[in-house]
Amino acid sequence: MTASNTAPPMIRMESVDKFFGPLHVLKDITLQVPKGQVVVVLGPSGSGKSTLCRTINRLEPIDTGLIEVDGRPLPAEGKELANLRAEVGMVFQSFNLFAHKTILENVTLAPVKVRKLPVAEARKTAMELLERVGITNQADKYPAQLSGGQQQRAAIARALAMRPKVMLFDEPTSALDPEMVQEVLDVMTTLAGEGMTMLVVTHEMGFARKAANRVIFMSDGEVVEDSTPDEFFTAPKSGRAKDFLGKILTH
Amino acid sequence: MNVIFDNFSLYRDGFLQTLKICAFAAIGSLVLGTLIAGFRVSPVPPLRWVGTSWVNVFRNCPLTVVLFFCAFGLPEIGVNGAYFWFGVTGLVLYTSAFVCEAVRSGINSVPAGQAEAARAVGLTFTQSLSTVVLPQALRTVVPPLGSVIIAMIKNSAIVGAFGVGGDLFAVGDTLTSSRGEAVLPVLIGVVLGYLVITIPGGLALGWLERKVAIAR
Repeated sequence: MTASNTAPPMIRMESVDKFFGPLHVLKDITLQVPKGQVVVVLGPSGSGKSTLCRTINRLEPIDTGLIEVDGRPLPAEGKELANLRAEVGMVFQSFNLFAHKTILENVTLAPVKVRKLPVAEARKTAMELLERVGITNQADKYPAQLSGGQQQRAAIARALAMRPKVMLFDEPTSALDPEMVQEVLDVMTTLAGEGMTMLVVTHEMGFARKAANRVIFMSDGEVVEDSTPDEFFTAPKSGRAKDFLGKILTH
Repeated sequence: MNVIFDNFSLYRDGFLQTLKICAFAAIGSLVLGTLIAGFRVSPVPPLRWVGTSWVNVFRNCPLTVVLFFCAFGLPEIGVNGAYFWFGVTGLVLYTSAFVCEAVRSGINSVPAGQAEAARAVGLTFTQSLSTVVLPQALRTVVPPLGSVIIAMIKNSAIVGAFGVGGDLFAVGDTLTSSRGEAVLPVLIGVVLGYLVITIPGGLALGWLERKVAIAR
């Protein structure tokens, strides 16, 4: 990557290794994501891409190496780490909305508890966000009453409510029925267009082509390719990427 | 059965004493047990050790031994007070171990993604436990917790027999041993006293279970 200015990258990983028991899931990962960049991480299942995403807010601790977010190394477990996570938005494959709270409460919980915003102000912001993702009419329902697509959009609103510096998406559309994928991708595309720094683990090639600035291809815990979407989809360099693209683009 | 009516004020006082022991012990053991459950799932290893040891000690010791320690051991190390409070303390220590395990099973029933999402938005461990995990755990915890509390109410008889005195069980003891009343009618009175506490208690738990089940 070309460092265009002196500001620290939003995400910096330096020689990161991670094991699950004997399984070496992340192998010497070094990468930087500058501010405002939208990075899509592709790769076959089991390639370590979800784990990579989850190490950035330390939901998965790493064994060796260094991870920095906006120039700050990830703190160890505790208050400091909670503060850092508040600035890193995360969207999960299975939504993980708080099941006992309404959609509105889901969005206001962290701003009130962590940022200590007054409830009225948090509600106002939450309603604006719900409008942005198109589900204001669902505000008082419980997550189980919403469709998957609506739940995922609510989860994006919940993450945005903390005004994060960077957003991590861990296969945000993989648990959705096909007809609901687009509504979630539309919200993500808008967000990308607004200049949000994003790291998106996905299988949605359309999104990668349209919204990403950069594609990282992982296989067996390694970063195999790191290029622009155009380059990756039209002229992949490695055999593994060609093989992967051959399998998913033929149908 | 006249013995019950003739000694009604004695039974009433015994009933109230039992109620008093149970009320203090229930509040104490629910609070302490939930706290220890928090220790057991904490990311801080020393807290986990404390929690595990606590459960292992108090769940595996007979209640009478725990009460012995409180009533006769505590004064030896300079803690003095009324037998009533020693008895309640013993019952709280013992019951908290069971409350802890019931609450912990509830915590484990909440999908891991809920706690992950809570941590991901910046809640601390304590905040995610108290605002996200425990409220959802409550749902599965009510039935086993009910059994624990009902067992505790019955165990209060042992506390009464331990010199605290004046409770329902002690009333039965007084009437049969000191006054030579016939055992059966006296004990029927004692049983009725316990049922007056435990049966409405069970009904209240059923109501609570339905109430928290709806809140989804």
